[in-house]
Amino acid sequence: MGNMIKVGMADLKVCKCPDALTTLGLGSCVGVALYDPVTKISGLLHCMLPDSTQIRNNSNLAKFADTGIDELIRQMTALGANRSRLVAKIAGGAQMFAMSSMNDSLRVGERNIIAAKEKLKEYNIRLLAEDCGLNYGRTVEFYSETGDYVIKSVGKPVKTI
Amino acid sequence: MSKINLDKLEDAQFDVLKEIGNIGAGNATTALATMLSIKVDMSVPNVALLPFDRISEFIGSEEQTVVGILLEIQGDIDGMMMFLFDMKSAHHLVNSLMMRDIHENEDLTGEFSEMDMSALNEIGNIVSGSYLSALSGLTGMKMVSSVPALSIDMLGALLSVPAIEFGKYGDKLLMIQSQFGEDDFVTGYFLLIPELESYDKILSSLGM
Repeated sequence: MGNMIKVGMADLKVCKCPDALTTLGLGSCVGVALYDPVTKISGLLHCMLPDSTQIRNNSNLAKFADTGIDELIRQMTALGANRSRLVAKIAGGAQMFAMSSMNDSLRVGERNIIAAKEKLKEYNIRLLAEDCGLNYGRTVEFYSETGDYVIKSVGKPVKTI
Repeated sequence: MSKINLDKLEDAQFDVLKEIGNIGAGNATTALATMLSIKVDMSVPNVALLPFDRISEFIGSEEQTVVGILLEIQGDIDGMMMFLFDMKSAHHLVNSLMMRDIHENEDLTGEFSEMDMSALNEIGNIVSGSYLSALSGLTGMKMVSSVPALSIDMLGALLSVPAIEFGKYGDKLLMIQSQFGEDDFVTGYFLLIPELESYDKILSSLGM
């Protein structure tokens, strides 16, 4: 196995086989993994907000689902991935706190998932698997060798999608 | 257009926010110590404006399991407030509140019972109430908090909630850390997360 590359909050990274990508403690944020099964070039995005057009301060592309996926595809194709072959797996978008008054920012997980899926559809990227929503945090690892997306949570068995 | 830019905070503005944090956290820990009848010994709160990729580092690691209590604030100021305790501190607080003999209850990592969870929520209530009343007294503004919501999960996942709120305005998060307790310090973290317009109100109420 290669190196494990860490992706921070509002961050994205791309890698080649046999490296792997990880992001720790996804809450309402969404982890979008893109993969070219032929070249095995992989990318992982940890985005926080659904829509860059709604926010004035939007210089950090990886903060948003829409511009984050654009940038991830750009970097992956620059590395040699073929855009038409890309497939996706997503995880995260939980609602960490059950609040009685549903403030918009607390439903952001759900909106992040919708935004990410819409963006993928726009690019005609097939969504192979997802582990989204509910109320718990996730640590994810994406292995470029196999295309496995491994999801770990507190007090739950490890899941591979 | 807001007067405040969280990425380019002026020194004077940062000092004011820091002072607000000091006063709020000071009151909150005093209230908690009184409730638990433990001796108040509080460290000087540590205030930091951190970029997102470093916020977990401030407390521990992203995957560390912590107890988080979240409240919404409404009134003259809108926003959120969050308290974080590590598992050991949370058990310590619950055991003191329930008047359990702590020496017989050495396991400080196990699960919380339903009763414990409700005690933690109550701690959240008390802490937030005193924090807000201190802030309210200082600024002369009215604010009320919602019923607290509790979640025990990975630090990174819990922090994503306030981080997303701050993410709308900038790439940094304002965090206030406070430690208090007896011999064995309980570590708690306070996060006050006003909406951007509320920052202006806070600062102008204090003559900035």
